[in-house]
Amino acid sequence: MKKFIEEDGLVLPLDRANVDTDYIIPKQFLKSIKRTGFGKNLFDEARYLDKGLPDADCSGRPLNPDFVMNMPRYQGASILLARENFGCGSSREHAPWALDDYGFRCVIAPSFADIFFNNCVKNGILLIVLEEKIVSVLFEETSATEGYRLAVDLQAQTITKPDGGQLSFEIEDSRKNVLLNGLDDISLTLQSKAEIQEFESQWREKSPWLFPQANS
Amino acid sequence: MAAKTLYDKLWESHLVKNQDDGTSLVYIDLHFLHEVTSPQAFEGLRLAARKPWRADANMATPDHNVPTTLDERSRGVEGIRDLVSKIQVKSLDSNCLEFGIDEFQIDDPRHGIVHVIGPEQGRTLPGMTIVCGDSHTSTHGALGALAHGIGTSEVEHVLATQCLVQKKAKNMLVRVDGQLNPGVTAKDVVLAIIGKIGTAGGTGYTIEFGGEAIQSLSIEGRMTVCNMAIEAGARAGLVAVDELTIEYVKGRPFAPSGELWEKSVEAWKDLVSDADASFDAVVELEAAEIAPQVSWGTSPEMVAPVTGAVPDPANMANESKRNNYLQALKYMGLEPNTPIQSIMLDRVFIGSCTNSRIEDLRAAAAVVKGRKVADNIKEALVVPGSQLVKAQAELEGLDRIFTEAGLQWREPGCSMCLAMNADQLGDGEHCASTSNRNFEGRQGFGGRTHLVSPAMAAAAAVHGHFVDVRELALH
Repeated sequence: MKKFIEEDGLVLPLDRANVDTDYIIPKQFLKSIKRTGFGKNLFDEARYLDKGLPDADCSGRPLNPDFVMNMPRYQGASILLARENFGCGSSREHAPWALDDYGFRCVIAPSFADIFFNNCVKNGILLIVLEEKIVSVLFEETSATEGYRLAVDLQAQTITKPDGGQLSFEIEDSRKNVLLNGLDDISLTLQSKAEIQEFESQWREKSPWLFPQANS
Repeated sequence: MAAKTLYDKLWESHLVKNQDDGTSLVYIDLHFLHEVTSPQAFEGLRLAARKPWRADANMATPDHNVPTTLDERSRGVEGIRDLVSKIQVKSLDSNCLEFGIDEFQIDDPRHGIVHVIGPEQGRTLPGMTIVCGDSHTSTHGALGALAHGIGTSEVEHVLATQCLVQKKAKNMLVRVDGQLNPGVTAKDVVLAIIGKIGTAGGTGYTIEFGGEAIQSLSIEGRMTVCNMAIEAGARAGLVAVDELTIEYVKGRPFAPSGELWEKSVEAWKDLVSDADASFDAVVELEAAEIAPQVSWGTSPEMVAPVTGAVPDPANMANESKRNNYLQALKYMGLEPNTPIQSIMLDRVFIGSCTNSRIEDLRAAAAVVKGRKVADNIKEALVVPGSQLVKAQAELEGLDRIFTEAGLQWREPGCSMCLAMNADQLGDGEHCASTSNRNFEGRQGFGGRTHLVSPAMAAAAAVHGHFVDVRELALH
């Protein structure tokens, strides 16, 4: 699994609250049976002027000139700055896949939806929660300064601004560990195989109806 | 011994171990799969040369992509015109075959939307932990099960280990006191709750829905409420087990029987929060104050009573929220202070895992019986949640009531809830929908979704705009 250790990148400010998973990756793109290729359809409905179809070539599509992601100054951004409740809605992991495939390594916002958070950790994307007023300041600074970059250090839990100022952030130890080490969660869990089997046999004895035999 | 909430009990009974990093390993009794969020998980298993830990703890069905016209469905999976959709459904079929997983295929007589068929078949049982790669898995909590949505990586993890790595959420009680007025339904209750606490109000919590109004809902009504727990940010929603729950489960195809039934019922009686259990947060609503609800915006929290109006964001103190609401009004093409009942509609959709069960169809049929769909409605679809619901509805003559009124009677599937199949809104069209999400573009590019109850959607179909169902004389 992909690691996250640090990222020094250009910031893209997405000034919109409650960005939901349909906004991040519209449902027609969920028809893909692959994990990759979603980057070109990230924020599809805001990003392009026409309607996006799965598997279609996007190179000739008309771009929405008013959408922040299409502005020349934000090309190559790898850090997304967002507002509250980013990632609300569906459990679709295609949302972090799209962010990752586009090139975002990190999202900073005042709050994130729960399922979305877990999905990002599994894809090596670092989500940073900062207080609303600090996020607002970052929005102002990003707009005011072309080429605004931030340097994120997961081990130290710091974000360094262009002027050298530092912000610190909180993150759960378990999530930090998974991201820093790129841990494969299934292999890790299977290390507890014996314990799972033991639980299962006790549970089967206690609640036998939960272990159906072949039914008609 | 400390008093426990229902969530505490369900969590603790499934706890395999607490891990050093603060996460827990939780055993999963039942895993539902559908075609959209499983292909990459099966691919992952294949690449790692792993087999499912317990093939029999899984149940699959294709529901998001499937077409709902009889013509396309009569040819089974080959009838799916969209090539990409067809590949996805065929992938589910072949994956289930390869890994030995039970699947209700597209032409199975028991086929339907995954969150409709699970309880219907008696696979969903009280006291279980249940997951699926779909956020509306919270639906199953209506039967006193701990049920929630997961992403594709977690789908793979559950297949491989029968467990999930999780952090325990906090406990929230949403109590709806008193009795609902006639014409006010479970859908209105949950929309009112989301309107009150917001789409992030339940984030980090498991919500238990309680109070007199919740307990007096039927099991199908409780499913509607739990279905939308995720729209309030809570991954899981629960209703305590009572006589209604036991009655509902009894005799279903996969439900225990004989001696096992007696044992299970005995165990299920404990699936209530202890009297003195404490919750981290409590939200209270008065049932009598809840009117039929209509969502006017692009988030389930943007709701108003049908007797009310679209709000004026100019009055909002919080700048971010104000911008959010202005953006919503712009997308929906609505002016502030527009009375809800003046909103004209283009299409009506009665269906989805929220409201497509037999009681929902009966409620809608009672409104349209003997009436006709209004001229300004281009299309009104009724999509039963499963083949069994469809058969029951046809036995009761509901299909004829709908078609005589000018609504279309379709085959089961997710349909217009989300535009992954042919049932979609056109750009700028307003739709009265019994589904669960009204995000921008959800039902189609530029589509404008208004979330309502089945009776309200039916009334909107007949009148061409929203009306207060409480004022209609019903058959």
